[in-house]
Amino acid sequence: MFDYATLRVIWWLILGVLLIGFAVMDGFDFGIAALVRVLGRDDAERRTLLETVEPVWEGNQVWFILAGGATFAAWPLLYAAAFSGFYVAMFVLLAAFILRPVSFSYRNKSINPQWRNAWDWVLTVNGSVPPLIFGVAFGNLFLGVPFRFDEELRMIYAGSFLGLLSPFALLCGLISLAMILMHGAAYAAMKADIVLAARASRVARSASVAFVLLYLGAGAWLAFGLPGYAIVSTIAGDAPSNPLLKHVVAQGNWFAGFGMHPAFWLAPLLAVISAAAMPALSLASHYRIAFAASALAIAMTILSAGLALFPFLLPSSLDPNSSLTVWDASSSKTTLGLMLLSTVVLLPIVLAYTAWVYRVLRGRVSLEHVRRSHGMY
Amino acid sequence: MIDPDVVTLSRMQFALTALYHFLFVPLTLGLCWLLAIMESVYAMTGRDIWKRMTQYWGVLFGINFAMGVATGVTMEFQFGTNWAYYSHYVGDVFGTPLALEGLMAFFLEATFIGLFFFGWDRLSRVQHLAVTWLLALGTNLSALWILIANGWMQFPVGAQFNLDTMRMEVTSFSAVVFNPVAQAKFVHTVSAGYVLGAMFVLSISAWYLLRGRNIEFAKRSMTVAASFGLAAALSVVVLGDESGYDISANQKMKLAAIEAMWETEPAPASFTLFGFPDVTNRTTHFAVRIPWVMGLIGTRSIDTVMPGIAELVANARTRIQSGLIAYSAMQKLRSNRDDVAARADFDAHKADLGYALLLKRTLADPLAATPADIDHAADSTIPNVPVLFWSFRIMVACGLYFIALFAYSFWLASKRRLDAQRWYLKLALWSLPLPWLAIELGWIVAEYGRQPWAISGVLPTALGVSSVSAGQVLFSIIGFVVFYTVLAVVDAVLMLRYARKGPDGLGMWPPPVDDRAQEREIDVGT
Repeated sequence: MFDYATLRVIWWLILGVLLIGFAVMDGFDFGIAALVRVLGRDDAERRTLLETVEPVWEGNQVWFILAGGATFAAWPLLYAAAFSGFYVAMFVLLAAFILRPVSFSYRNKSINPQWRNAWDWVLTVNGSVPPLIFGVAFGNLFLGVPFRFDEELRMIYAGSFLGLLSPFALLCGLISLAMILMHGAAYAAMKADIVLAARASRVARSASVAFVLLYLGAGAWLAFGLPGYAIVSTIAGDAPSNPLLKHVVAQGNWFAGFGMHPAFWLAPLLAVISAAAMPALSLASHYRIAFAASALAIAMTILSAGLALFPFLLPSSLDPNSSLTVWDASSSKTTLGLMLLSTVVLLPIVLAYTAWVYRVLRGRVSLEHVRRSHGMY
Repeated sequence: MIDPDVVTLSRMQFALTALYHFLFVPLTLGLCWLLAIMESVYAMTGRDIWKRMTQYWGVLFGINFAMGVATGVTMEFQFGTNWAYYSHYVGDVFGTPLALEGLMAFFLEATFIGLFFFGWDRLSRVQHLAVTWLLALGTNLSALWILIANGWMQFPVGAQFNLDTMRMEVTSFSAVVFNPVAQAKFVHTVSAGYVLGAMFVLSISAWYLLRGRNIEFAKRSMTVAASFGLAAALSVVVLGDESGYDISANQKMKLAAIEAMWETEPAPASFTLFGFPDVTNRTTHFAVRIPWVMGLIGTRSIDTVMPGIAELVANARTRIQSGLIAYSAMQKLRSNRDDVAARADFDAHKADLGYALLLKRTLADPLAATPADIDHAADSTIPNVPVLFWSFRIMVACGLYFIALFAYSFWLASKRRLDAQRWYLKLALWSLPLPWLAIELGWIVAEYGRQPWAISGVLPTALGVSSVSAGQVLFSIIGFVVFYTVLAVVDAVLMLRYARKGPDGLGMWPPPVDDRAQEREIDVGT
């Protein structure tokens, strides 16, 4: 149906869709968890905030699990290299993901205030650490990661955990955190009791201002202070997936693609415009549109990063030729085609029943309702 | 060279996290159907007690579900973190079922679990019932896909090695999906989960009857559990996954090890009921044998010969030698892609390439192997016989006991005499840990019995590891142990507390006089 090169580009797009789906759908769950102690002043308020996400966060988290599974199936080398390379960071991330279900589920299982307060701290940590790590990981993609492959394609990694925490990567971590806090607060303003809306809106506005400034800062740094990577040998889009067959230099420019395709500029432009419009919309009590603006800002931020990196998935600073790209890190054509077919059939079904669930749960979660109910879940 | 400490530690971590994850998943698999059955009765009869039963067991389901999700995330990413070469080598085949599991199953169960808890007041009776059934369907579909992935590790069909990409690539996805080993595993594993779910409800209900609490509630729950449990216990034994064991060399080796069958016997082989396998002398002391039984279990026939360990090791030696020809041809082809003779050698022997890789555990270059090295590698294809021998026997004994217990429970339930005998109720209560024991042992038989292979005959486990340091893996093991221990304590405390409180203590049944009373009752926590 499609040739190998097209399938690879489609799977690059699907990976982007999954990451954006994760950030937009699960992002507000992280934001709410991170902000539960800031936005909620007493237990009823905190329970109200949590109840805005408790019925849906598990479904949202599947975007992350699916992104992992789809990377395994469509980009096995990326799955292998990224997760083993970022070993310690991945462990910290997994620890946060392990604590997430239990903190949502067990917090209300006792009325002991110390019990609940302890779980609120756990929520704060597991709501804010993953966005930071994801941002830092993205930052490291731009910097290149110290790995190479031997001739049997066994990866050799020469970096350390602390090596990941360079200033640029940390800046990216902060961008990601600001983005998620903005999104969580915008969601609370739309979905929690109206009493909490003004407070949530204030936090969302500050976070969006921080996000815009940090994002522009990182863009300038990328443009003027960081070399990009570039493939200098001939690119064959349908070549076998072996990353050792090309030649890459680390003296490129991450904005090269934007020069060739001016339409790429729409992504960062929309990211900044929608994040900048978000405070005004929120201030005017257009909470739903403000939330949509926040979602658009997230989607465009991830897209802009992906477009800048394209065709690179994981550049190598140790041996640039070992870099993983869209053209040499995918699964076989058969697997990509088969997975595409499955996705085309199944994803619309998933979206349909997810939409139905959100429809059933529509409306604000009122403080009054929370005070009356036992919150047994 | 691969650091043997990294291999040992990575295997320890995988076993630890998988066994731990598998404490929670089977209960989810079984309990969700019991919830669906109870709620169906409610939807059909409109009797409030069946709704309350669904809700009460739903609370315990929720506590367990959270742990299943928490420990499942680790599994999804551990292949990448700790088994990077494995992920590269087989991701083209193995990744697809995992991705489909997310797309088809995880989304379904995770999206509807929220509505199961929060949808009671927002959905009609039939709508909520549909939610519960979809939740049950989702959890069981996830078992299907993960066992298709696991079945492929046991019996890798529908794939072949690609020299250009240095990995296995899929040739027939339908062969992967309809892999007979995967099908047998799926039926066996979900049935085991159903037994656990049924035992969970049976035991806790028996405890209420012993205490004279929640009588009507407990009897109804036990009746559902007894019928469902009996069907599941029969299915788990009759459709045991040894039905896929005569299919390949590695499966045969696993079966021979389970049986401690050192030499090939004439068909049908006898079953060693009891004995002490002696690994050094390759014999079993004090063996008590029942004629015919093993042949029937293992081959479902009376005239198929089951090979013994010695014969299988000899076969492995031949395959290592054949694999070395493929390995040598692969080196030649790497320097000259157009070497026709090497290409022919490679194609003729590539099915045994994995056997040559067994030598890589101890040798940097397998081509330098001495006959002693090859003998050693061939011997390494024997899994740990005593562990498999005993794990299998304890598991089977548990399985037979479950049939007896559920059959008796079913008989009592049909006579409406569930609360008549205290010894029975005590037996039902104290049987609670046994399905967990059987399930964990089943995992050991299946996965420890697969060693030394990650993918049977294709990729030795030791080669699959990531290029991480032993210190890093030790760090993560310690981390997992600490997290998992704390969570196990919290989970056990909550489970016990909510089981002890019961539907009466939580104000769910009998129905409270008014809402305020309900709130007071339930908020008496701690």
